[in-house]
Amino acid sequence: MIPFRYQHANDIADAVALAGRLNDAQFIAGGTSQVDLLKEGVQRPTVLIDIFRIGLSEITDLQGGGLSIGANVRNSTASDHPAIRERYTAIAEALHAGASQQIRNMASMAGNLLQRTRCPYLRDPAQRCNKRDPGSGCAAVEGFNRMHAIFGQTDEGAQSQRTCIAVHPSDMAVAMAAHEAVIVIHSSTGERRIAFEDLHRLPEHDPSRDTNLACDDLIVAIELPAFNGTSHYLKVRDRASYAYALVSCATAVEMDGDRIASARVALGSVAHKPWRLFAAEALLQGERPSEELFRRAAEAGLEGARTYSMNGYKPDLARVLVARALSETTGLTPLQGPAGTAFAASVGGIAGVIEES
Amino acid sequence: MDEPQTLILKVNGQEYKLRPDSRTTVLDALREQIGLTGTKKGCDHGQCGACTVHLEGERVLSCLLLVEGLAGREITTIEGIADPAGELHPMQQAFIDHDAFQCGYCTPGQIMSAIACVKEGHAGSRMEIQEFMSGNLCRCAAYPNIIEAIEAVRAAVLDPANSIQ
Repeated sequence: MIPFRYQHANDIADAVALAGRLNDAQFIAGGTSQVDLLKEGVQRPTVLIDIFRIGLSEITDLQGGGLSIGANVRNSTASDHPAIRERYTAIAEALHAGASQQIRNMASMAGNLLQRTRCPYLRDPAQRCNKRDPGSGCAAVEGFNRMHAIFGQTDEGAQSQRTCIAVHPSDMAVAMAAHEAVIVIHSSTGERRIAFEDLHRLPEHDPSRDTNLACDDLIVAIELPAFNGTSHYLKVRDRASYAYALVSCATAVEMDGDRIASARVALGSVAHKPWRLFAAEALLQGERPSEELFRRAAEAGLEGARTYSMNGYKPDLARVLVARALSETTGLTPLQGPAGTAFAASVGGIAGVIEES
Repeated sequence: MDEPQTLILKVNGQEYKLRPDSRTTVLDALREQIGLTGTKKGCDHGQCGACTVHLEGERVLSCLLLVEGLAGREITTIEGIADPAGELHPMQQAFIDHDAFQCGYCTPGQIMSAIACVKEGHAGSRMEIQEFMSGNLCRCAAYPNIIEAIEAVRAAVLDPANSIQ
């Protein structure tokens, strides 16, 4: 770790002012991803601004039926909150399917959204990485790219300063995308709200930037719009628990009688940001749920996927996952476990359980 | 860099005055400065759970906590769970009774995590225990016996006839 100064912010204005005044300052909340990156020398702030004392730890109802989640609410608090579990089930399932209980007890809701990619080359200073060292190139395009992007990546070869095929690792962010969360930000210019879709960005000309936030932008809350439907999160990973997604899918479906009034579908671990399947969503609107419809929607959603030497499995896996998630969301097939738990989110249930006879 | 400031860390009911470098983790402060070496350093990256402690009663990973952020907050380690007279915590006793370890290196973290798992109400079935203990790895693979130990403590807690609390 490079030495840094540690400072507590007392309120929002204090935090924003400090971040604006100090060069290379970073906010720290739960720190679960950040402290690891400090140890690896990947992130080298001169000052850490601790925002714990600001509060921002309330979950409150919004007028009109929505929910506001403070930035510092811990992942474990949100995952077991009745309103989130019942009304925004995909978010509870995604939280329960992510990390471990120790990490969920530490990690904040805003911090979860801002965690950095688990691309191994980000963490290895001996390798090319345009995220860690802009201009150095990308070791993943010709390296171990089993976990990497199939949508929205920039690939101009391993030497290019623009190349990046990393994926965003958060489970919760995928569910937030399906629920079209709104991000509430404070900065030196005051408060503003941005659509979830505009929080994260694609690598484009600058892979070093994960989000559209400026250095003195502080997320203070996440707002979930009113939702009168069923949402669900489904995740495939290498082991039954405590592993990042290979591919995941979040759905949020509202019905009008026996027809789909609106459907939102997002994939995780396929792009630099949670990846909405707008073509699939358009195809679902106004239709009656059926396996055939969901297969067609999945086909449409996966058009244009581009794979690498080791991640050719992803489009097929994603197609099956999208169709299955929609089928489970609309009740055509049963969930693997109780709604809102890790067991509903795990495609194979829990491996290795020997039930007592 | 500024001179390290004095900071008070509360561990197992005692206050410790530290002057940590800003980079010091709770894990390193416990082991290297306070001298409580029961909490183990496994991976130091939040992947193994060997460093699990309780922060205000909830299980967390001490390797990913900077000590500067915890001034005045209460930490409990494996050294702080037995009763003052020396009688083991029921979870410690259950790990012995069910042979829930082999080399023992992950055991302090397993026990801290297991106590919290029961307290949270996440030990209702073997499946739930497996899911909610997945943050604690055991390379000796003592998992079946760890699950048995946790089930035994949960059963004792739920049974009013049993004196173990």
